[in-house]
Amino acid sequence: MNNSPYILKPASVRSVMLRVLCALLPGIAIYVWFFGAAILLQIALTSITALAAEALILGLRGKPLKQFLTDGSALVTAWLIALTFPSIAPWWLTVLGTILAIVVAKQLYGGLGQNPFNPAMVAFALMIVAYPSLMSQWPAAGSTDFAAQWQAIFGARQLDAITMATPLDALRTVLRDPEQRAVIAGLLGGNATFGNIGGRGWEWVAAGYLAGGLWLIQQRVITWHMPAAFLATLFAIAGVFSLIDATQFAPPLFHLLTGGAMLGAFFIITDPVSGTTTPRGKLIFAAGVATLTWIIRNFGAYPDGIAFAVLLMNIAAPLIDRYTQPAVFGRRKADGDPQ
Amino acid sequence: MISMLFNFKGGVKPASHKDESAQAPIRVAPLPSHLVVPLRQSARAVARCVVEPGRVVLKGDVIAVPEGPMCTAVHAPSSGTVRAIAPQPIPHPSGLPAPSIVIEPDGEDRWVERKRFDYRTSTAQQTRDYLRDCGIVGLGGAGFPSHIKLGPGEAGIETLILNGAECEPWITCDDRLMRERADGILAGADIMRHVTGARRVLIGIEDNKPQAIEAMQTAVQSLGNSVMQVIAVPTRYPAGGEKQLIRTLTGIEIPYGKLGTHFGVQCFNVGSAYAVFRAVEHGEPLVSRVLTLSGNMAKPGNFEVLIGTPIRELLPLAGPHADTDRYLMGGPMMGVALQTLDTPVIKGTNCILAGSPALFPPPPPEMPCIRCGACALACPAELQPFELYWFSRAKIFGKAQEYSLFDCIECGCCSYVCPSRIPLVDYFRFAKGEIWAREREKTAADIARERYEQRLAREEREKAEKAAKLAAKTAAGREKAAAALAEVAKPATTPEEDAKKALIAAALERAKAQKEQAHPENTGNLSPEQQAEVAAIEERRAEIREMAKPHLRQDD
Repeated sequence: MNNSPYILKPASVRSVMLRVLCALLPGIAIYVWFFGAAILLQIALTSITALAAEALILGLRGKPLKQFLTDGSALVTAWLIALTFPSIAPWWLTVLGTILAIVVAKQLYGGLGQNPFNPAMVAFALMIVAYPSLMSQWPAAGSTDFAAQWQAIFGARQLDAITMATPLDALRTVLRDPEQRAVIAGLLGGNATFGNIGGRGWEWVAAGYLAGGLWLIQQRVITWHMPAAFLATLFAIAGVFSLIDATQFAPPLFHLLTGGAMLGAFFIITDPVSGTTTPRGKLIFAAGVATLTWIIRNFGAYPDGIAFAVLLMNIAAPLIDRYTQPAVFGRRKADGDPQ
Repeated sequence: MISMLFNFKGGVKPASHKDESAQAPIRVAPLPSHLVVPLRQSARAVARCVVEPGRVVLKGDVIAVPEGPMCTAVHAPSSGTVRAIAPQPIPHPSGLPAPSIVIEPDGEDRWVERKRFDYRTSTAQQTRDYLRDCGIVGLGGAGFPSHIKLGPGEAGIETLILNGAECEPWITCDDRLMRERADGILAGADIMRHVTGARRVLIGIEDNKPQAIEAMQTAVQSLGNSVMQVIAVPTRYPAGGEKQLIRTLTGIEIPYGKLGTHFGVQCFNVGSAYAVFRAVEHGEPLVSRVLTLSGNMAKPGNFEVLIGTPIRELLPLAGPHADTDRYLMGGPMMGVALQTLDTPVIKGTNCILAGSPALFPPPPPEMPCIRCGACALACPAELQPFELYWFSRAKIFGKAQEYSLFDCIECGCCSYVCPSRIPLVDYFRFAKGEIWAREREKTAADIARERYEQRLAREEREKAEKAAKLAAKTAAGREKAAAALAEVAKPATTPEEDAKKALIAAALERAKAQKEQAHPENTGNLSPEQQAEVAAIEERRAEIREMAKPHLRQDD
């Protein structure tokens, strides 16, 4: 006989994970609109791989398959891998990344709830280190030819027709060439690569993630702390530096709407298992990720820095939590009552 | 509602299920076949039985007197005959029986002589003693003695709070009491205000009880009393938790380990106020209470029930459905599952809830914690339950305490919201139990060590005494020869020798007192040398004993 409470709110890990997946749908739909159906192919690949890898390890570990395979956590990891990898990456690259994420980053650490690092970001980091060029070939906006994309994923790669440098890559190229530095201010506003703000197509995908993310906050799956702190910090740092030297540093809105910033703000850094959990800890964690992201974007060897920034802050998460424990009821400092 | 409300953090909003039982007026439950009145009133207080089997008692007769400050008197709930004083099941998670007085009612329900108590001409202490002797305890569930809570605080009590929030689902006994007996509740509150000297009385009622709020407001208005105020508080479990209600109404937060009196505020259940009123104005000790029968029942409702009524005999009043698989005492969030229906109603019993697999489905399989933080958002004590869960599970109890385990009020909000369906409160109960057990063990170990030290000291002393005896015996053999010599030449004594002799005499006195019984013929006439030898031995022993003491302590 169990003890009180005898009533439970209808809630489950599965419903949490399913809502995260639902929240990704607007962004995915816009992705498909601008960049073709290749992303759906990748999502299917990573999903099947993730479930198969999860099932295999759960079986080896003697864990109840039905209970854990249906919790939806592997699917969230799979979808995030698909969305962070280039949608025209060869099939084996995403499959390998997914296997590493599920088997090494998640199950070898003890499975659901035990992984110290964000599995999708482990996959991204390993793959971009191992295959930097393959991880940097992104589809061009508007090139939605599915046959060509299929060919790119499963066949011999003839990429010139369908790829294009991402805005962050383009920015990097421009910044590395002192001759072109003056161009940076003119990059935005209808440019072929840069679209209006954050890159043609990409800024709309980011808007889709933003919509889904706001819905997650409304659903209380995530709290406002991390997205707000992440976006605010990124905006502030980028803002300050673009004011200092607009020829060297891209404007803040560009940073918010390009690359993985929006996806990161609402879906990646908010992973509760590997992140911080206290309100203040969440703010510090997200601000840390934003700072590191900006630094890597501007001075690092890789175009986008979110994966490395998240992994670095994952290391610090337990420490941050330890030192940001909130005061309990009745134990607030008399002079510092927040209410 | 002029008064500003303060919000407490956390809380949950389960389906209230109040309508089932809130509609029908309070009915008086029929006399049961027997009454079982436990002497154990709370974890700390057990009253002393003053009746014996066969004694004929009237309703309201004292059958057990308070022992210790936290205890209150126990009264016969009805007239009849004491049949037994024996262990009986009591409502406790363990289901272990506890000493109880079993009374067989004579069916007449005859009261003892009841006399009004004039609290206006009595001192506060006299009133408190009177309430203790009337067996008044908190009727909200915990059964804390009211006379203690009414005691003078460090700074005096400024605000008296009446708790009519009744936040647990299904329970409506306070709701009905407020609707039907608002005047009595206010009269009781006024008596408590008089005892404590409080300047205002705030009556907090969850806003899902509009009729109760209206009834209480009408009663306050008819009193023409400006110090009392009825305040609707937002419906959110655990709004009726004492600390949460105090916070909501006054903004004061009472941390773990502190009482309301430290902050000039004290909180009483509305039922307790009504019991005070009956005791003072009608001379009736606390022998009955109103409780809710609800849940999986055909005719849920509220009943005035004698303390000691076995639950089994109450159930037909509400007609539990056939698929009922358990009964809870209390609400679904904090209630205790009854091990047996022979369990009696006690003063803190506010509800008997019938459960079925449909109503309280078995929890789905536990999943790993994903640190989603839902529990932290729901925790009214503002703890981080998932952290406590890791520490409790890993039995790192020191850390659990560091993360304020004991501030947990076991309200159940964290378990209620956990998407991984982890029975968090069970882990916290386990951890608290383990910590208490370890503290008890430590206390027991301390006592045992003290005993061991005492035994060592005693053995040492006995050994010394034996050695002294032996020395005395050997000395006695030589003494004869020495006596013969003494006949021939008696040595002149110098002052030095005199001093030595005095010392020896003192030592002898001690030895004599111990050995007189065994060797009366030998001890009186030792030679000075022999006596000195004995004294020297004694001194060395004393030294050794002194040396041994710190040594023993180091060994601990």
